[in-house]
Amino acid sequence: MAQSALATPGVSLSPPEGLQGVVADWSSDQRAFKNVPWGKAMMWIFLVSDTFIFTCFLLSYMTVRSSTTVPWPNTSEVFALEIGGKDIPLILIAIMTFILISSSGTMAMAVKFGYERKRKTTALLMVATAFFGALFVGMQVFEWSKLIHEGVRPWSNPFGAPQFGATFFMITGFHGTHVTIGVIFLLAIARKVWRGDYEGETEKRGFFTSRKGKYEIVEITGLYWHFVDLVWVFIFALFYLW
Amino acid sequence: MTQAEAQAGAPAGAHAEGQQHPIGIYFKIWGLLFVLSTLSYLVDYFEFHGYLRWTLIIVFMLMKAGLIVAVFMHMVWERLAIVYAILLPPVLVMVFVGIMAIESDYTLLTRVLFFGGG
Repeated sequence: MAQSALATPGVSLSPPEGLQGVVADWSSDQRAFKNVPWGKAMMWIFLVSDTFIFTCFLLSYMTVRSSTTVPWPNTSEVFALEIGGKDIPLILIAIMTFILISSSGTMAMAVKFGYERKRKTTALLMVATAFFGALFVGMQVFEWSKLIHEGVRPWSNPFGAPQFGATFFMITGFHGTHVTIGVIFLLAIARKVWRGDYEGETEKRGFFTSRKGKYEIVEITGLYWHFVDLVWVFIFALFYLW
Repeated sequence: MTQAEAQAGAPAGAHAEGQQHPIGIYFKIWGLLFVLSTLSYLVDYFEFHGYLRWTLIIVFMLMKAGLIVAVFMHMVWERLAIVYAILLPPVLVMVFVGIMAIESDYTLLTRVLFFGGG
């Protein structure tokens, strides 16, 4: 009960920092994550579980790739694009990487402007993020159709080990699904931010608008979006470059 | 939870509400991520092979991941309680990676021995 003093306005007990802070926070008989709104904590915990899912995909990819006796297709050639009569290796994937990083940049700024209560700027930056995300998915669709056209299937492909197709479609497909969900999530929240659902005075009720006067939801959406970018960093390195 | 509680819980010297940091840091990280991505792309473009390639890929990957988690996801500004709760479990997955690496070696060995290499 002593810790409930934290909840009393005006009383500022600053909790200890460092390892002592970890022990104090976890043993505080209240909430372990101080200064973290529950929505944000829940998003983080969801992201940890999602990390395990993607880790399992990348792990199975590692396992099948290092145990096959058939040579693995050369991703540098498989994902090359012909531009100006010259084959440039992995160029589409590189452009997709830059697009996703840019979307992360606009998202980070949206979070900042959200907390500054510049809701129009925040909404516009979120729409920009969603646009980059949609562009990314569009390029992935192009990549998929190119590979399918060349005869890559989940069970076979003309370039080498048949496991290549299975892992490629599974990993990039699951990531693309995450991006798509993120785009929808971003647009839904951007619309609410734009029309001022999070301003204290409005009485509009709805999904994700229960915490009036706060723009945490932008940060929560941002966490999800940065996670999608984060997963792409690993896929880019381990699947495309390895 | 009331607004007052969230305010009272904010650490001294931090931000009035939520995560507010100068916009410059986001631009810097953005630029760094572009540079690191270009570098990892160049590893492929210049066709580095063997241990040099793997080391460079892994180093650039971990640096990019670190920057995203630390700054874009604000982990450097969070309290250690949540940092450990979120970042330690994925690190433990490395044990699983080790197990599967051994397992795939064994599978490859049996395939080579019993299927004659193909």
